[in-house]
Amino acid sequence: MSGFDLTGLTASFGGERVIGPLSLRVQQGEKVALVGKSGAGKSTLMRLIHERVDRESSLVPQDLGLVNALPVFHNVFMGQLDKHSAWYSTVTLIRPFFRDRDKVREILQALGMSEKLWMPTASLSGGQRQRVAIARALYRNAPVLLADEPISALDGPMAHLVMQLLRQRFATSVIALHDVEMALKYCNRIVGIQDGQVALDEASDHLKAADIMSLY
Amino acid sequence: MLSSPTVRTSLIFLGIALVGLLFADIAITASNPWRDLGNFFLGVITPNFFSSEGLMTALLRTVAFAFVGVALGSACGFLLSLVYHLLPVRIFCAFIRAIHELFWALIFLQFFGFHPLTGVLAIAIPYSGIFAKVYSEILDEADPEPGRLLPPRTGVIAAFLYTRIPDCWVQLRTYTAYRLECGLRSSAILGFVGLPTLGFYLESSFSQGLYSDAGAMLILFYVLIATMPLWVKPKLLPVYVLGAPFFLGEGLPIVWGNMERFFTKDIVPSPLRDGEGLAGLLPWLSDLMINEALPGIWNTLVLTQIALVATGILTLLAFPLISNHFGGPVRRTSGHVFLVIARSTPEYILAYILLQLWGPSMLPAVVALALHNGGIIGHLIGRQTNSIHLRPDAPTGFNRYSWELVPRVYRSFLAFLFYRWEIIMRETAILGILGIYTLGFYVDSAIQNIRFDRAMILILITALLNIGIDALGRYIRRKLALQTMPTC
Repeated sequence: MSGFDLTGLTASFGGERVIGPLSLRVQQGEKVALVGKSGAGKSTLMRLIHERVDRESSLVPQDLGLVNALPVFHNVFMGQLDKHSAWYSTVTLIRPFFRDRDKVREILQALGMSEKLWMPTASLSGGQRQRVAIARALYRNAPVLLADEPISALDGPMAHLVMQLLRQRFATSVIALHDVEMALKYCNRIVGIQDGQVALDEASDHLKAADIMSLY
Repeated sequence: MLSSPTVRTSLIFLGIALVGLLFADIAITASNPWRDLGNFFLGVITPNFFSSEGLMTALLRTVAFAFVGVALGSACGFLLSLVYHLLPVRIFCAFIRAIHELFWALIFLQFFGFHPLTGVLAIAIPYSGIFAKVYSEILDEADPEPGRLLPPRTGVIAAFLYTRIPDCWVQLRTYTAYRLECGLRSSAILGFVGLPTLGFYLESSFSQGLYSDAGAMLILFYVLIATMPLWVKPKLLPVYVLGAPFFLGEGLPIVWGNMERFFTKDIVPSPLRDGEGLAGLLPWLSDLMINEALPGIWNTLVLTQIALVATGILTLLAFPLISNHFGGPVRRTSGHVFLVIARSTPEYILAYILLQLWGPSMLPAVVALALHNGGIIGHLIGRQTNSIHLRPDAPTGFNRYSWELVPRVYRSFLAFLFYRWEIIMRETAILGILGIYTLGFYVDSAIQNIRFDRAMILILITALLNIGIDALGRYIRRKLALQTMPTC
């Protein structure tokens, strides 16, 4: 199964409810864009979804969660740390195996940064760091993608390239986006969040940018 | 001003120290202290490096004991840090680090004798406790987010190696290197109880009045510590750690019978050993408390409080010496040299030297503790002021010191001072071995009189006192919201 059906999603912060209760049902093949103004609860909802579907998802969190002291390769390799034995992972930490190097390099190539393979993540720019987190999600290769503002630090062409790649590699996805045009272009369903509730839920074919702007 | 909690706390501690001075035994009892001091400095500037080959051997042994002890301590400490969240582990670590290296050495000497194991364990055991605490604090600081993002079912070891260690690696390395420097100091002073390190050499030179030999030893020790960045390289470390055990010397063989006797007879309280039972235990214990423990505790506390405040005053006087905010490259260079010497000389050696020159009283101990600890904190605070940017029209001279700098660094100054409170107390207790009536004096006399049962109880009391001061120091730091780095 790669779709999911979640009910009773709620979250409170300091005694005040910020999300829900709401339900979200996503079917296989659906590419959902979560839109809404900042503070509407997109990131919180993203976290709730991740908690529920943990085992099935590739996650790109907003703060990326990179290990700054490790090179790009190891940060990407961590996406499949569960597939290897402890000794294999330990050896990789010191000297990676060639087959893994090739696979990781391939993904970085698609993101236009294969030359950064051995750079410490701490020395990268914001956009490059964001692409490392995306590469990790791609390498993880889970059936569902959960991404929170994955292109916020990328310039125009790179943002399109990444969105294309994500659409192509993940059958099912939920992506929080603040860029309405991007949402309409690369996702087939738009879910608008307002004050912690679903205020809009439509296939993107039926929507124009102006329809969504009412949420902002 | 008085309403500020940090100022109030400082004044309370100043008051306690002043009251302590009324009770403290502060005097210069030597007949001609200044001539002796002059002779000593003459010795330092006319060092004699070639008097005997013993000096080089002592230097080699000092390094070897430090490496083996610290390596063992850091390995055990690392393992303990992984389970440090368990209460029994925390208590165990607090206990083993509350007992000074020299006390551990005195204990092990009783059953291992002058075997290298005595020196190695005397360093490794308290250091394990310290490493466990600091390593676990460093590991806790690691960003937890990457760990949460790992695929479920990732192995514990792989997760630890990928998401915790890399983040902390630099800090772990820096702290371990700092501890290695401390290990060299600990190793040097182990010579004072008879192990073949620099302290032994220093004591014998001093007792024969060979000040030039003692001067050579001190200079070599400073060079050894100052050049550490040059000879302690990550690539060479395995060579040092694997090689060091072969340079500890032979020592004397362990007599295993001693060990059994120590645990089954020597440390059993004498009334129990003699079959007087619990009825005899109470008078024995109250005699020990009234005649040794209580005077020891009192003197330890008085000396600690005076030394703490003296350290603070010296720090405030010393930090401008290396601060960029006051003019003069000559002043800064000499300031650096002074602070490096003050902080690289172990308190124990400073106290020993001053005691030889001024005669027995609390004064040499206070000066030694203030110089060493003031050197350490003064260096840290001085460096901190260098990162402060003052407005272009800021006042200069004393006004700059009192209006611009001191208020800005005062909180971290207090934080470091309270952090070192427990360390000062641990050293105060141990200085008793030199003849000041702190707890160490009573421990040492009990051991000299082969009354290990009493010595063990006194060491236990010392440890509890340290744990208490540590807890109080942490409470005050939390109450005043002061933060420090562990490397101090």
